[in-house]
Amino acid sequence: MLFNLPVFIHLYERLNSRNDGRCRTSNPIHYVFQTDQSPSSLEPNRASRRAMSSAATTPPSVDKVDGFSRKSVRKAKQKRSQSSSQFRSQGKPIELTPLPLLKDVPAPEQPELFLKKLQQCCTVFDFMDTLSDLKMKEYKRSTLNELVDYVTVSRGYLTEQAYPEVVKMVSYNIFRTLPPSDSNEFDPEEDEPTLEASWPHLQLVYEFFIRFLESQEFQPSIAKKYIDQKFVLQLLELFDSEDPRERDYLKTVLHRIYGKFLGLRAFIRKQINNIFLRFVYETEHFNGVAELLEILGSIINGFALPLKAEHKQFLVKVLIPLHTVRSLSLFHAQLAYCIVQFLEKDPALTEPVIRGLLKFWPKTCSQKEVMYLGELEEILDVIEPTQFVKIQEPLFKQISRCVSSPHFQVAERALYYWNNEYIMSLIEENSSVILPIMFASLYRISKEHWNPAIVALVYNVLKAFMEMNSTLFDELTATYKSDRQREKKKEKEREELWKKLGDLELKRGLRSDGIIPT
Amino acid sequence: MQHKSKMAGADGDDSLYPIAVLIDELRNEDVQLRLNSIKKLSTIALALGVERTRTELLPFLTDTIYDEDEVLLALAEQLGNFTMLVGGPEYVHCLLPPLESLATVEETVVRDKAVESLRKISQEHSPVDLEVHFEPLVKRLASGDWFTSRTSACGLFSVCYPRVSSTVKAEIRQHFRTLCSDDTPMVRRAAASKLGEFAKVLELDYVKSDIISLFTALASDEQDSVRLLAVEACVSIATLLPQEDLETLVMPTLRQAAEDKSWRVRYMVADKFSELQKAVGPEITKNDLVPAFQNLLKDCEAEVRAAAANKVKEFCENLPEDSRETIIMTHILPCVKELVSDTNQHVKSALASVIMGLSTILGKDNTVEHLLPLFLAQLKDECPEVRLNIISNLDCVNEVIGIRQLSQSLLPAIVELAEDAKWRVRLAIIEYMPLLAGQLGVEFFDEKLNTLCMAWLIDHVYAIREAATCNLMKLVEKFGAEWAQNTIVPKVLGMANDPNYLHRMTTLFCINALSEVCGQDITTKQMLPVVLKMSNDQVANVRFNVAKSLQKIGPVLDSNALQTEVKPVLEKLDTDTDMDVKYFAQEAISGKYTTLSIFFLYEVASLGPLHLVILIHFSP
Repeated sequence: MLFNLPVFIHLYERLNSRNDGRCRTSNPIHYVFQTDQSPSSLEPNRASRRAMSSAATTPPSVDKVDGFSRKSVRKAKQKRSQSSSQFRSQGKPIELTPLPLLKDVPAPEQPELFLKKLQQCCTVFDFMDTLSDLKMKEYKRSTLNELVDYVTVSRGYLTEQAYPEVVKMVSYNIFRTLPPSDSNEFDPEEDEPTLEASWPHLQLVYEFFIRFLESQEFQPSIAKKYIDQKFVLQLLELFDSEDPRERDYLKTVLHRIYGKFLGLRAFIRKQINNIFLRFVYETEHFNGVAELLEILGSIINGFALPLKAEHKQFLVKVLIPLHTVRSLSLFHAQLAYCIVQFLEKDPALTEPVIRGLLKFWPKTCSQKEVMYLGELEEILDVIEPTQFVKIQEPLFKQISRCVSSPHFQVAERALYYWNNEYIMSLIEENSSVILPIMFASLYRISKEHWNPAIVALVYNVLKAFMEMNSTLFDELTATYKSDRQREKKKEKEREELWKKLGDLELKRGLRSDGIIPT
Repeated sequence: MQHKSKMAGADGDDSLYPIAVLIDELRNEDVQLRLNSIKKLSTIALALGVERTRTELLPFLTDTIYDEDEVLLALAEQLGNFTMLVGGPEYVHCLLPPLESLATVEETVVRDKAVESLRKISQEHSPVDLEVHFEPLVKRLASGDWFTSRTSACGLFSVCYPRVSSTVKAEIRQHFRTLCSDDTPMVRRAAASKLGEFAKVLELDYVKSDIISLFTALASDEQDSVRLLAVEACVSIATLLPQEDLETLVMPTLRQAAEDKSWRVRYMVADKFSELQKAVGPEITKNDLVPAFQNLLKDCEAEVRAAAANKVKEFCENLPEDSRETIIMTHILPCVKELVSDTNQHVKSALASVIMGLSTILGKDNTVEHLLPLFLAQLKDECPEVRLNIISNLDCVNEVIGIRQLSQSLLPAIVELAEDAKWRVRLAIIEYMPLLAGQLGVEFFDEKLNTLCMAWLIDHVYAIREAATCNLMKLVEKFGAEWAQNTIVPKVLGMANDPNYLHRMTTLFCINALSEVCGQDITTKQMLPVVLKMSNDQVANVRFNVAKSLQKIGPVLDSNALQTEVKPVLEKLDTDTDMDVKYFAQEAISGKYTTLSIFFLYEVASLGPLHLVILIHFSP
């Protein structure tokens, strides 16, 4: 099976639980899939979640006397909303002729009336002008509501003529150029998102579309004429919407389309690829990364084995570089989930993944380092011992650097690995390799780290190593000083080498009339 | 390889260093060290000599370096300057293999740097080498599997095109065409961004036959990020074509872009408006661009309006002289009037930064009648940035109608900005004070603005006090030492007795700034005694600033004063109980030059003792 739906549902629930209190008529995903899958095998992202919640609970900084912090300025106008350009500049009032209710006409006439109602709903209103067309806005709202109910319960309404009209109505309403962000440096972590002003209608249109896609009468073979590549491309662009409610609906819509239109799958994956590559290498700005990754999580889960080269390339060339983005914290949980999904599918990918993470290891951002360490622990949780042996050296060199980080959260997060039984067992099996790598850092920190909690943790780790391999431990303790001296000597030799090279450069530079490029 | 290099190590001082040692440096485990080594790659190459650089170092770099992007970036940059180190232009093609692989890297900065270096060394290829070595590389990149190599190729076509045979030229054009319709938007964006550059090196006939169709296609791409890049190309293409072809070949696309459904594209048109205007010439400007510009000024997205507002002055300036005034008065000014009361502050402030420039174009009478009301309205705008932008451009109006016309409205605006709650706003207005003082004259200044300047000296934000100090110096430069002696020096020196030590320090900072412009007489007779007296201050921060001030004003004083007055005080400070005071006293005695920035570092670094001092000062 290409598609593991229960996983998606689980993720969906997890995400939704954060959005409690948001009003929606029903949860579109629960509506379709009933599942008895236990989520225990999918306990994702412990560490990342921890990281996220700790970020969320950091106390807000005290406003300065000058009142200059961006936050305080922003807070004043929390419920910003905006609308796309297309709704403006329609001077004239809009008139729609009220139609009878669908349930009030005899069944044979319903399809005809259904089409008429769809056509009426193609009219879009300017919601920035809160006073204009009030009556007609209300009429469209109630019509949309009626359509939502109608597609849910009715049978036999979906004639072939209805498909293009449905797609047209949805396109007219949802496809629009997203407006510029209100602030140049919109920070999704701190700032309130700008909400879509036309949401009262937009929500119902999305709701209707999802019901339509999920309807038992829905036939992808007919719909594929109208829901084509161009449609999907425009849909994907909307994921950049600042409004989280809209992205949530889009996620469900795209997921349904991916599930029902086999011919569009490769195209969808490729376009997501392009969005991510642009996000990583060109703009660093796209609001819907987390949502797209969530969908990908379930897509990856459904990949057949052995994995195609295309999928592996996606992992190495797109998912791993996503770790370099500044706003990683906004989608790290979903990203780590995707990565682990890949590794569970094909353990042989462990080495390129870990090497990739090591290559992009954050240099200055401690918060990101903690996220990387969390993800690495998730990977280690599922790593096969044979794979572990392949990457242990570069991996523990990095861990050794993290352990000696002056930022105690980084050091602490790395030292927590020694509380993980599975990782401990791997370390124990390979202690002859790992201990020499870790020893110098641990020894130094046990004497020098400013944070007593770290020192205590390091003592435990040293103790564990001592118990694991006491002979090696004693040896390393004995040679610690001479090793350091050897390192210093080497360092001195390097310096001398470069000094000589420098002299040579000077000499030649003078002699051959400045051939050294400056 | 090691064996070989050991042997080579023996042949005299040209190859002193076995390559293995050097390569070890390039492989060092520590990224920072590796980076340092790469940055000195030229030194390594020099040590190896040209031949071994070609035969050993470059192959190593091509094959074995898989590294962090930062290292690769340094490498890509180095290789662009390597021609002499591989033996001159004759051998420059040896540099192509490593640069080719760097041009396929994912990280954009690395790739861009590799392309930059390739472009640079392409000029050092002989025409033959260009066809034998360089052009095949471009072709390989252009038909690479992964999008990165194809994006890199886009930047290389234009550098080799002019110097190759006509068959190769045809191939290059074909490759470029293919990339313009690549199925990844990244490549199409790269191609679109190089379209103008490529058009410039093409023969005019091909511009008409090839480039125009590519331009039209890219300008109607499904992705707005591609379409907007075509706008940039539009400028170069329009410049290349003869006037009579513009209407049919370029204008349909440009009109379409100005009304694109994506605001990003319209923004780009607004942003490039002056360039477009120059490229299409006066006739098309009159008929097409004027209405287009009006629409952009009335656009529904504030971003677009702001970009257009920014261009108002330039657009008007470049209008054909015969109809300039009419067009401005009948078409542009009405839009500008609306923008003055725009709902978006960025739009208003963009307009405010250029609107004053219109007065020189329209002349005295029109300015008084039509523009002055707008200036006055903007001076009263609720957004400080708008007011600031007006004030900062006063000089344009000054030339045309004189500033007096504005002074009645100017004063309340300045006063309000001077007391704005945001210190950055206060800082900005301080910076315009010397300019304003020059235009308003000394009387007006003394009467209305002097008190403001003095009030800033006791602002609660250090940056403001610092700027206020600097401002005083500039004012004295303008108005002279005598003015200083009568108006500001007494007030500054009065602050030496202030109960707040921060204010007392401000006195010292002012003296530092003013001593030179005020001259020896005022410094010795009025300032020096105050400084010396302050050496007994109970706050250590004040005392060490006395030491610093003495060092600073030393050059202005005569040697007699230095010997008899300054030296004893510094010697006394040298025996102070506070380590910072001692330090600066010694600095002053030994005459070392300390800049303010060093002081800052010091202040931060030695938070300990200073902290104590501040605590002592504030405790009851």
